[in-house]
Amino acid sequence: MASYETFEHDVLIIGAGGAGLRAAIEAAADGLKVGLVCKSLLGKAHTVMAEGGVAAALANVDERDSWRVHFADTMRGGQYLSNARMAELHAKESPDRVRELEAWGALFDRTKEGSILQRNFGGHQYPRLAHVGDRTGLEMIRALQDHGIHQGIDVHMENTIVSLLKTGDRVSGAFGYEREKGRFKIFSAKAVVLATGGVGKAYKITSNSWEYTGDGHSLAYHAGAELIDMEFVQFHPTGMVWPPSVRGILVTEGVRGEGGILTNSEGNRFMFDDIPELYVNQTADSPEEGWNYTQGDREARRPPELLTRDHVARCIVREVHEGRGSPHGGVFLDIAWIKEKIPNAQEHIRRKLPSMYHQFKELADIDITQEPMEVGPTTHYIMGGIKVDADTQMTCVPGLFAAGECAAGLHGANRLGGNSLSDLLVFGKRAGEYAAQFAADNGEVALDDSAIEEIAQQVLQPFDNPEDGDNPYEIQAQLQDKMQELVGIARSQESLMQALEEIQTLREKADSVHAIGNREYNAGWHTALDLDCLLTVSESIALAALERKASIGAHSRDDFPEKEEQGAGKYNTIVQKSQDNTMGIRREPVPELTEEYQEIIDEMG
Amino acid sequence: MEKATFRIWRGDANEAQYVDYETEVSEGMVVLDAVHRIQAEQANDLAVRWNCKAGKCGSCSAEVNGNPKLLCMTRLNDLPLDQPVTVEPMRAFPIIKDLVTDVSWNFKVKEKMKPFTPRPPDEEDGTWRMEQEDIDHIQEFRKCIECFLCQDVCHVLREHDLHDEFIGPRFFVYAASLEMHPIDTENRLEELKNQDGIGYCNITKCCTKVCPEHITITDNAIIPLKERVVDQFYDPIKRLFRVFSS
Ligand SMILES: Cc1cc2nc3c(=O)[nH]c(=O)nc-3n(C[C@H](O)[C@H](O)[C@H](O)COP(=O)(O)OP(=O)(O)OC[C@H]3O[C@@H](n4cnc5c(N)ncnc54)[C@H](O)[C@@H]3O)c2cc1C
Ligand code: SF4
Ligand code: SF4
Ligand code: FES
Repeated sequence: MASYETFEHDVLIIGAGGAGLRAAIEAAADGLKVGLVCKSLLGKAHTVMAEGGVAAALANVDERDSWRVHFADTMRGGQYLSNARMAELHAKESPDRVRELEAWGALFDRTKEGSILQRNFGGHQYPRLAHVGDRTGLEMIRALQDHGIHQGIDVHMENTIVSLLKTGDRVSGAFGYEREKGRFKIFSAKAVVLATGGVGKAYKITSNSWEYTGDGHSLAYHAGAELIDMEFVQFHPTGMVWPPSVRGILVTEGVRGEGGILTNSEGNRFMFDDIPELYVNQTADSPEEGWNYTQGDREARRPPELLTRDHVARCIVREVHEGRGSPHGGVFLDIAWIKEKIPNAQEHIRRKLPSMYHQFKELADIDITQEPMEVGPTTHYIMGGIKVDADTQMTCVPGLFAAGECAAGLHGANRLGGNSLSDLLVFGKRAGEYAAQFAADNGEVALDDSAIEEIAQQVLQPFDNPEDGDNPYEIQAQLQDKMQELVGIARSQESLMQALEEIQTLREKADSVHAIGNREYNAGWHTALDLDCLLTVSESIALAALERKASIGAHSRDDFPEKEEQGAGKYNTIVQKSQDNTMGIRREPVPELTEEYQEIIDEMG
Repeated sequence: MEKATFRIWRGDANEAQYVDYETEVSEGMVVLDAVHRIQAEQANDLAVRWNCKAGKCGSCSAEVNGNPKLLCMTRLNDLPLDQPVTVEPMRAFPIIKDLVTDVSWNFKVKEKMKPFTPRPPDEEDGTWRMEQEDIDHIQEFRKCIECFLCQDVCHVLREHDLHDEFIGPRFFVYAASLEMHPIDTENRLEELKNQDGIGYCNITKCCTKVCPEHITITDNAIIPLKERVVDQFYDPIKRLFRVFSS
């Protein structure tokens, strides 16, 4: 028998980023016993890294903004594959969720009238992102954390969940280990909320940290839940490209929101060369108009640099492929040029973009107030994820909920910047609320001891594998290389078939990786255990990408350049575990938009 | 490729030693990159915390050649590579393993502090009006990434081990961000004076020097708090005034 400690909770929340913390605060409001588990220390989740801002139609800067415009923007950005009900709830509720943060101590930048200031961001018609310089995520997670620690939530830091536990159809808890000593912990719960974030570590070039191994996606998949639209992985157009050790680190879209422009090696503002149909009416037709937009001119239209991320990323790739890239294989992002326009530009840039200034100065010896940055696409976010009910955030597994980046539906084929932080708050709250309700309405569930014993054995397997088994880091690196090469920005039938084959081979190797040392804070062992999640999400991304024979939003197929497959209509892809334990894929048609939704889109488009 | 040697502190509370690892280094690398390379190629079980790799999360705090640093923001070309680079855990906290220390004390300290308590909203929609000018200085405090390097370097904790009587510079910054918050209504001066031990700070400014977020901890947070404490508890005229006005 493996030894372990058991913890009982009404609601267990896995993940302590914005979504998990917001869910925990909500679930604890009714006096339920709430547990919160996270892999890192509290306050270090990805949410802390978010820079640009949180989208909410507060209409503080431009009174023409409203939930209807935000809804329409989100739907257009997602190429109409989003769940319309989620887009509605998100647009309606995010203003309250943002204001509430101020009641918990957050301090956003202010307008002259003293209310929350909002900035421009790609795909949003009006200045909509509440922000604090370029460290909005830090402000948000700290406000949630500092409020959360007084709500009676049991926090289990540096604990990793490796499997969900089910009793019959229902979820009944989770199996985890604590990093410090490697001891096992069993969490029993009446309802479980997954809030584990994304999958960026499946790729070589990414803005994401070691935590982003797709754990929640994989836990849900193995528990029988559906994964929707996994092919939509967002490659953020502007990651650092030089020096090599910082490749992939994010350069916030806020740089472009403040007037930054993209140029190629010929000094050409190439974004003016290719403006998609859907956005022609909303895009500036001269640099002057674009500049005026960033400076708050309400009559001006946005510069093409602020088109959606999928499009900007593809244009950058095109410039590099066609030989007009920067010395290190990116393009130039220039904010220093604004000194032609405003007198105290240097100080202005440092005040508006302090952490970008800091980041380039310290990591690349570049002073962004004086010279352009070199940037290129980096794996950033996954639009696809665990399929949930729009209102309650419950999956098809009773008692299992999901929120935040690991859940899906809001962003369709492409997420607008700033719509994630708001997503975390709106749907984190909803998940907490409905999980609490589920826990209150449904009684205890007994745990299944034999399942626990089996998991314990698998978790220790890497120590027992023969010493000549592969190094877990090596397998992880091989997978990242293959995903980057074969399932990146440009995909084809051939590359995806090959990817699926490679993933199978790596899975076999992963089964025999060897962990050295003992169970105490052993990074190699942890990496070995993350491999299963990484392989599961990689397979689901490749499989869904193979299924979608079209190029839409963040997903591009060289062999199917059209936006829609002939006669197929609009659909979502669904990955789910089959009876025989293999990964199944199917399509589900996107429901017709109701008349009301269609009206809003027509009116606001 | 150029090579360099990293002398890394390996072990746990019971047993530990420095182990030398030689690894390849290239342009632009930071110490965390070297540690990762060593971890992937030579020491799979090496323990180190990190998340953002961009100085934003405050996970990777350690001591490099004896200086408290974020591993992800310490460039190799700022270090003499002709001699081994020493990398060891923060010394003011109990060791867990290798470069990882037990910082849980910090989380407990924060939990015990009086939380943010706003005045009733200014507007019907539940919001407040605040001038940018009035929040600029608190936004400085709110830049804190909780790396705890200031705690590591403060002699009251590091040498005198007064963790039970002194909350350390990080939490004076936190207290300042609450006390100076334009809509907070709580008073934390009594705690700062008694439980939190602000009197132990003798303004050496070591904390300010190591803060990777360049927060002026001593001048902008601690000294103003000390002044407030003095005003409330020791200033006879003000005290008299309070007696009469209450
Ligand atoms: C550099 C960067 C900048 C960004 N900027 C913006 C922006 O300006 N605006 C915007 O809207 N979005 C932005 N995003 C996206 C946004 O920050 C993320 O999508 C969002 O923070 C995800 O939040 P989350 O709560 O879903 O997950 P996270 O904040 O990532 O938290 C995940 C949590 O789950 C835990 N976890 C994971 N697996 C396990 C497991 N197996 N067991 C236990 N715990 C687990 C982790 O430890 C962590 O606590 C940015 C992202 C990055 C990387
Ligand atoms: S100034 Fe005070 S808090 Fe800072 S290191 Fe010195 S004694 Fe410690
Ligand atoms: S005040 Fe500075 S040194 Fe101290 S924890 Fe915060 S960021 Fe780190
Ligand atoms: S890894 Fe986040 S601060 Fe170093």
